[in-house]
Amino acid sequence: MKENRMAPKKQIGDTVITSIIKVCGYSSILFVGLILVFLLKEGLPALKDVPITSLFSIRWYPIEGLFGILPLIFGTLLVTISATLIALPFGLGTAIFISEVAPRWIKEILKPIVEILAGIPSVVLGFIGILVIVPFFRKFLDLPTGLTAFTGAVLLGLIAIPTIVSVAEDALNTVPPGYRQAGLALGATRWQTIWGVTVPAAKTGILTAVMLGIGRALGETMAVMMVTGNAPVLPSGLNAIFEPVRTMTATIASEMGEVATGSQHYQVLFLIGILLFLLSLVINITASAVSTKQRKRAERILS
Amino acid sequence: MSSLNEPRRKTRIVEGLGFSLLRLVTLVTVLPILGLVAYIIFMGAPSFSWQFLTAAPSNGMREGGILPAIIGTLYLTLGTALFSVPLGVAAGIYIAEYAQDNRLTRLIRIAIINLAGIPSVVYGLFGLGLFVLFLKFGTSILAASLTLSIMTLPVIISTTEEALRSVPNSFRVVSTSLGATRWQTIWKVILPQGLPGIITGIILGLERAAGETAPILFTGATFFLPELPTSVMDSTMALPYHIFVISTQIPGMPIKIQYGTVLVLLIFVLGMNLVATIIRSRARAKRQW
Repeated sequence: MKENRMAPKKQIGDTVITSIIKVCGYSSILFVGLILVFLLKEGLPALKDVPITSLFSIRWYPIEGLFGILPLIFGTLLVTISATLIALPFGLGTAIFISEVAPRWIKEILKPIVEILAGIPSVVLGFIGILVIVPFFRKFLDLPTGLTAFTGAVLLGLIAIPTIVSVAEDALNTVPPGYRQAGLALGATRWQTIWGVTVPAAKTGILTAVMLGIGRALGETMAVMMVTGNAPVLPSGLNAIFEPVRTMTATIASEMGEVATGSQHYQVLFLIGILLFLLSLVINITASAVSTKQRKRAERILS
Repeated sequence: MSSLNEPRRKTRIVEGLGFSLLRLVTLVTVLPILGLVAYIIFMGAPSFSWQFLTAAPSNGMREGGILPAIIGTLYLTLGTALFSVPLGVAAGIYIAEYAQDNRLTRLIRIAIINLAGIPSVVYGLFGLGLFVLFLKFGTSILAASLTLSIMTLPVIISTTEEALRSVPNSFRVVSTSLGATRWQTIWKVILPQGLPGIITGIILGLERAAGETAPILFTGATFFLPELPTSVMDSTMALPYHIFVISTQIPGMPIKIQYGTVLVLLIFVLGMNLVATIIRSRARAKRQW
């Protein structure tokens, strides 16, 4: 009897909580939508107020109304690509070592260390960049200034490494042990098995790792802003990597504090934000599409 | 005989060289991390004193302590937790326990992946547009905390989902067969089992929020405050932004104070990291399934 009286109350409570949880579950879609809406709201007017020819010119000089975003896009590309090139061999090498070569106890030491790197705030890396790395590069590479795209790329590489290591290591770990045993049974050495069997089997996961690493480098703000010298200029030649640049993220961070709300300058900074949003959207959707496809194929093969 | 062994020996040499190379690459990756942390501790520790931790900056930041920045970061982290923990855990529960494998769920997943990938400075722009200007919160602790919360959400959602998924299905079956409703099963059986994983995720998410600068640049951080903030509508100093200020904006900044401030933030952030690691490994050791 008591149970029966309790039951409806329980049911109602359950329904209420279930609906609350559902709403929370949908919230991520709402937030992505809100972010897009507010970026567009503040940034799109730039396309109307600022002439397109000015936007795609090569000079960024907001005080005189010159809003050429090409140098900024170039700066971001230069730093991101160099950072990826630096991070790739170290990130993938470390992931392969942790997953395939290292004995268990070394693994247990290495993984927390990589996590420490992931936990260090980018402003701290930027600080060390200014005080230690910048003077070192100036002396070591004999440059007029150590605040260069290269310095930024080194720091960004460091920031991208934990992402690459953890995602790539996960990918290698999901390769069934049978693959490795088969490789070894055929007489291949462990080294040959790693490169001939395990890494190719994990290649989509590794690709995802690389893409997420690129995404991480692309969106990084503070460290790059502090060490790349803040010079929004197009490159003069091949040695642009050893000259100061300015990325899209750094431009927003360093100028948004000083602009008047609603001014052209303000709108263009939001427009750059829209570009960054879309870039990260493309990178992340591609990365997740690649890994889903791989998972589905793996399920087919193994079943 | 020797001609047969020749290629074999060669592959052995290649393997040895290859493994050494991998070891070297790993060392080159890992040693700078340890060196960095050790260097900051070495350079920052001498500036630690009661006064450094409990006084406000004076003489244009060049003397005194960093109390307002420490308190500010505590406020922002707490504020972030207040919004992102209930929302993120609930969303994680939804995806792990309720969501079906349909188009809507896939859309939610894509949204979470994208939230995780959006550059932090874009969160700053969003916070400025929505919280500071549109909702008229001004540059305030409230606006900055909300901005950081949304940035932290994907971490908390994904780790909650993962933690709940790892609870074996038999727990759900047994609880339901004893007459528990779905929510009772989740609340009394599944959540307690997944709790260590969820807490680990929350701490890692908040750790990231505590160290972020770009999202609070235009939503709540301020250069200098003579007094501590008294309401959520006040702007605040914060450790990460303070580090940016004293390392780029103030000429002649004493190096001791700079490293001391960096060390405080590092202890704060890596301390959270350590707690998360301990919770995770203890739960793993105690787990019976």
